[in-house]
Amino acid sequence: MNREPIVWNKSPNPWPEFEETLDALPMRELLERARGATVAAAADALARAESRRAGCELDDFAALLSPGAARLLESAAAAAHRVAIERFGRTVLLYAPLYVSNECVNTCTYCGFSYDNDVARRTLAPAEIRDEARILAGRGFRHILLLTGEHWSATPVDSIADAIRIVRDAGASSVAIEVAPLGVAEYRALAEAGADGLVAYQETYDRAAYARHHVRGKKRDFAWRLGTPERGALAGMRRLGIGFLLGLHDWRADAIALAAHARFLQKRAWRCTLTVSLPRLRHAAGEFEPPFPVPDREFVQLLVALRLALPDVGIALSTREAPAFRDRLVPLGVTQMSAGSRTEPGGYAHPLEAEPQFAIEDLRSPDEVAAAIARLGYDPVWKDWEEALHG
Amino acid sequence: MPTDRIAESIEASPEDRLEIAGRSFRSRLIVGTGKFASPEAMRDALAASGAEIVTVALRRIDLKGPRTSLLEFIDRARYHLLPNTSGARTADEAVRLARLARAAGLSEWVKLEVIPDPRWLLPDPVETLRAAEVLVREGFVVLPYINADPVLAKRLEEAGTATVMPLASPIGTSQGLRTRDAIAIIIEQARVPVVVDAGLGAPSHAAECMEMGADAVLVNTAIAVARDPAGMARAIALGVEAGRRARIAGIAGPRAEAEASSPLTGFLGESDPR
Repeated sequence: MNREPIVWNKSPNPWPEFEETLDALPMRELLERARGATVAAAADALARAESRRAGCELDDFAALLSPGAARLLESAAAAAHRVAIERFGRTVLLYAPLYVSNECVNTCTYCGFSYDNDVARRTLAPAEIRDEARILAGRGFRHILLLTGEHWSATPVDSIADAIRIVRDAGASSVAIEVAPLGVAEYRALAEAGADGLVAYQETYDRAAYARHHVRGKKRDFAWRLGTPERGALAGMRRLGIGFLLGLHDWRADAIALAAHARFLQKRAWRCTLTVSLPRLRHAAGEFEPPFPVPDREFVQLLVALRLALPDVGIALSTREAPAFRDRLVPLGVTQMSAGSRTEPGGYAHPLEAEPQFAIEDLRSPDEVAAAIARLGYDPVWKDWEEALHG
Repeated sequence: MPTDRIAESIEASPEDRLEIAGRSFRSRLIVGTGKFASPEAMRDALAASGAEIVTVALRRIDLKGPRTSLLEFIDRARYHLLPNTSGARTADEAVRLARLARAAGLSEWVKLEVIPDPRWLLPDPVETLRAAEVLVREGFVVLPYINADPVLAKRLEEAGTATVMPLASPIGTSQGLRTRDAIAIIIEQARVPVVVDAGLGAPSHAAECMEMGADAVLVNTAIAVARDPAGMARAIALGVEAGRRARIAGIAGPRAEAEASSPLTGFLGESDPR
């Protein structure tokens, strides 16, 4: 290539919102590369990605997503493995989700909690949250992801703050939240209550697809959701989780936007630890069929490309994926996994009394997952944070 | 060779000891405990390294959960525990962690790490100095992790830290001694031990630091992620040892021109002919 590489994000405005960066991405050109790069071009991109401590530029990342690069998957996977070992060592952090509520005002085509679904709804009372938190603490979890639907009266901000305190009191050393996108002041209150992480998936970075799948409710506001990680960082959250739902839209386009988002946040929110997640759509209530299903091979290609492009970014893997598949992804650069998950509120103490958000594929217990990780030659880590850091 | 004899065998000489804050150590290799495939692999690597000082991230230590703690694999009678403040982004957070370690009876020593940036893992000089001042005042033995900045090293020394620990290259990169010129100045100027920390990926890197006159090195990733961590721990210990012995033996520096081993003016003798 005898031209300047397409860089991740440069703007004359020192701190644009990510929306501005996203809209300015040369998406057509990048997608051409992601769909049409030759094997030789992909090999060049792979060589450059491997040689740079900082990861690769966006056009090389696009090339790594191409069918041409798929022919190089084994060598790309070996490179990803090396990068992951050097940066993160032979460890996998274990965490557990704790669903507080499945009440939601949004209608989303793919979600078990969608407003239109006629399912059993439940919001946990403080004592029930405590029961769930104690069960998870008893299983050894010190990293908890607290989730709700989006429902202003069922789960107001104050109640989420209370839930965070309850989970901390039960022994969690790190609490991340995945709740409705909020403003800086609300996130600050939740950070002060003891949340150190914020997870907010964009679902899809394509505006048209986003509008198709978010039919009704506040969630239709694409830009508000897109700015969520930045607001969390401003409010003092130390860990940011981003991602998109695999299956809603062309995964190559979403992956390019996700990588640009990650790179943007690495500069904009440079004090925050960043993790990406690749939730692949499964069946949920409403019999939703993903319009762009992602086969295993392409899923692995994406994971490997992300590991090479963003060597310092964590990769989280949920129990949406099957046990054998999850195990094989560990050496490719997964840094954290959930285990023994229930995705319905109250599910640890009282399984199946409410509708789950999605079906679990990996039904193994936390101990079984930890044993599998150890058999792979990795140390399952239960605690990698210290509550004293919160002051 | 049994691991308990390794430390002995690689000792330069009984008199050559590393002194930090009034304590004396035979080994000049400090090892870290992160990134290992298992606590058992870590334990074996520690033994093979001959190290006497071991650093542990407080954030990894679980004093109340039901799971086995990393600490159970570190023989406190054998290793001097050096808790580190990894995870702290500010002076206040680092100070809190150090106090927690002391309150939990772990140590009065602290490896001070204030790292605001999770991408490059580079230390914050301003917050590190602030934290060092507070911790020294509170009676801690402070070993600060810093960029290879000679002026910062002097400022920390003046604040009363027990060592300075400049980085060779960013943590975990195994790039070796990329900050050589600055570290040479730090060593030249220092009145406290200089421990080169971070980025050392091979025994030759460790040897290079010791040849330059570093008092000790700290290695973690290169050992933890090696195919055979115990084997690499031993190899790096030997690198440290080789570099230290060379330093003591006196390394002939590079010359601009060839120099004959039998000097051309040797016939003139030491003084005037009788």
